[in-house]
Amino acid sequence: MTAVEHPQLASCAACAAAPTRPTDVDTSGEASIRLSLPQIHCAGCISGVERALSGVEGVEDVRVNLTQKQAAVKADRSMEADELIGVLASAGYEAHELDPEAMSIDRGSAVARDLLMRLAVAGFSMMNVMLLSVAVWSGATDATRDLFHWISAAIALPTVAFSAQPFFKSGWSALSGRRLNMDVPISLAILLASAMSLYETASGGVHAYFDAALSLTFFLLAGRYLDQRTRLAARSAAAELSALEVPRALRLNGEQAAVADLKVSDEIRLLPGTRCPIDGVVVDGTSEIDRSLVTGESLPEAVGVGEAVTAGVNNLTGALVVRATSAGSDTSLRRMADLVAVAENARSRYVSLADRAARIYAPAVHLLALIAFVGWLLATLDVRLSLNIAIAVLIITCPCALGLAVPAVSTAASGRLFRKGLLVKDATALERLAEVTHVVFDKTGTLTEGNPILVGHDATPKQASIACALAKGSAHPLAQALTATLECKTTKVTDIVEVPGNGVEGRWQGKIVRLGRAAWVGASSAEGTATWLAVEGQDPIAFWFADKPRDGAHDAILALKKVGLSVELLSGDGDQAVADLAKRVGIDDWRAGMQPHEKSERLAELREAGAKVLMVGDGLNDTLAMAEAHASVSPASALDASRTVSDIVLLRNDLRGVPDSVVTARSATRRIRENFTIAALYNVIAVPLALAGLATPLAAALAMSGSSIMVTLNALRLR
Amino acid sequence: MEVLVILIPVSLGLGFLGLIAFFWALKSSQFDDPEGDRHRILRTDFDDQPKS
Repeated sequence: MTAVEHPQLASCAACAAAPTRPTDVDTSGEASIRLSLPQIHCAGCISGVERALSGVEGVEDVRVNLTQKQAAVKADRSMEADELIGVLASAGYEAHELDPEAMSIDRGSAVARDLLMRLAVAGFSMMNVMLLSVAVWSGATDATRDLFHWISAAIALPTVAFSAQPFFKSGWSALSGRRLNMDVPISLAILLASAMSLYETASGGVHAYFDAALSLTFFLLAGRYLDQRTRLAARSAAAELSALEVPRALRLNGEQAAVADLKVSDEIRLLPGTRCPIDGVVVDGTSEIDRSLVTGESLPEAVGVGEAVTAGVNNLTGALVVRATSAGSDTSLRRMADLVAVAENARSRYVSLADRAARIYAPAVHLLALIAFVGWLLATLDVRLSLNIAIAVLIITCPCALGLAVPAVSTAASGRLFRKGLLVKDATALERLAEVTHVVFDKTGTLTEGNPILVGHDATPKQASIACALAKGSAHPLAQALTATLECKTTKVTDIVEVPGNGVEGRWQGKIVRLGRAAWVGASSAEGTATWLAVEGQDPIAFWFADKPRDGAHDAILALKKVGLSVELLSGDGDQAVADLAKRVGIDDWRAGMQPHEKSERLAELREAGAKVLMVGDGLNDTLAMAEAHASVSPASALDASRTVSDIVLLRNDLRGVPDSVVTARSATRRIRENFTIAALYNVIAVPLALAGLATPLAAALAMSGSSIMVTLNALRLR
Repeated sequence: MEVLVILIPVSLGLGFLGLIAFFWALKSSQFDDPEGDRHRILRTDFDDQPKS
């Protein structure tokens, strides 16, 4: 599914009022339900959804949020989300229930809202004080100047106290941890500028830097806000993907239980079409399971009583009863997640460009200001003058442009990628992606959709229609592929029964007909994926299937090679299937039959050879490798664990986003570097002026706004 | 220059009104669904009578 969400300021109207947990029902007996509507896009959709839902009895209020592609429904407590989803489906809208617990992003949006509030106050004050400052700069003197300075002080001081709080807090926590971050020089500049200006105002001085203190606060808050908003948008979209998978298990008595509550030797019922939440042993029933998310194996496998299943496999045809052999934190799924956490830690040591800049910058600024103070004190023995100049140096060097340099670019880049259906989850993802030299793909579920398509058969039209009629009786992926491709003429096949684990059986003109596994219909099995049709008294006929490559797989690989990346395919599937696909999508370098740890060893090998690897994968068998990689991408259909590790999630069912993201990441990193250069150049000009004591409030204001605007414009140039 | 005594408070007051209006808009969730609002204006559902 494609849960798309645009960057936005705060959560939807209803979230403010709506409970965040299902137990939080308001006293009037209303419950609120949140639905994800991945396909809505226009005014007609808003009206359609709202009309359809408000027509349902028991629904009090509906509000569609097009930005988030969600609907918030207020309804009676008895209302079930399934009923609403059914109503929407019949009106032609795809809808999914969202797990409100996983959607706990409201705190993040409160932070963004708070920053916006402070930003607005800073903007208001900055403009008013600037207005007064212009009067001073253009020649107001004596009493008028002093009056204007006092009014400025009256506006600026409360504003600084309110708006600059985020910097003070962060700077203070850095200092109390005996570290230096970017917020220390920022806080110092803002505080000293305000204090010095107040002193100058009180003693009737010429220069007051109230406007500088305020514009510093304003521009830096703008950068901080952009940053927060981008992260929030990514986080809430990621949360929405997780919220779609409500982790529940069905106990034998029909009760829904949270997976976390299951104990060893509990028995659960696993219905066809659901994912197994635990490691266990089959105690009843036969079926076929799809292990592709766990091992990469694309062929379904028959399971019966006594065979083991692991968390993450998909049950295809028959209902199973599974007894848990391990539960909770001990499942293979969770163990993998722990390994991944270890590998992730190693990667989080990556230092972003902004942090590297801050590490050089913060001490340099303080040193410069100190040199200015000491130098002027020695030269003039005038403490007030020396202090003024030192503060002017601090104000002028203050990283207005630096504060905007990264957030402006990453906001622009994430926004661009989001419109193309790519969700950038990690703050340093773009920088890491830009350094990539090597791309490794997984096969099943990544390069392929995981859905087989019919590629050939030698059945007569009559036989094809029998196969078709039989296939309609099964939910097995191969059967569904058959009905989707074959032209189904109506043929009367009666007594159709599905034999779990084997296939479908029926009666046609008095003869028994079977569609299913080779051994079951009496055929000799052959290489490749096939299902067989056997009509009593005739030889079995094969229907051949192949995994369909995902949209744009071939284009994506061409484009990646074109930008100079080497591409490799690592799969857990068999040789034949991997070789076929590699040839179809144009990958020369492939390895089949890879175990999860072999994949991650291969990545380590590449890394030691000096390659920076981008791993594109979806399954549990890829997660270790993805955590090992320099950067990672997963499709939205991937397992939750893989999406969590990945830096970028492909929301659309199309691989062309992968080369796009690399190209955008490269140009974004180039813009960030340019922005640092602009900021540095401006300092090269401004700092000597400030050190020489020539900086006036006017010069500071011009330099500050000028560099900030240049940095922002440069970010918008991103293509 | 005496007119400044009136003009400065007036200009500050007007700016302050704008700030209050922004706070009100922010608090009443008017920035929550910019995409949806862009489309909602075009629909005809409540042309005859406003939504109660």
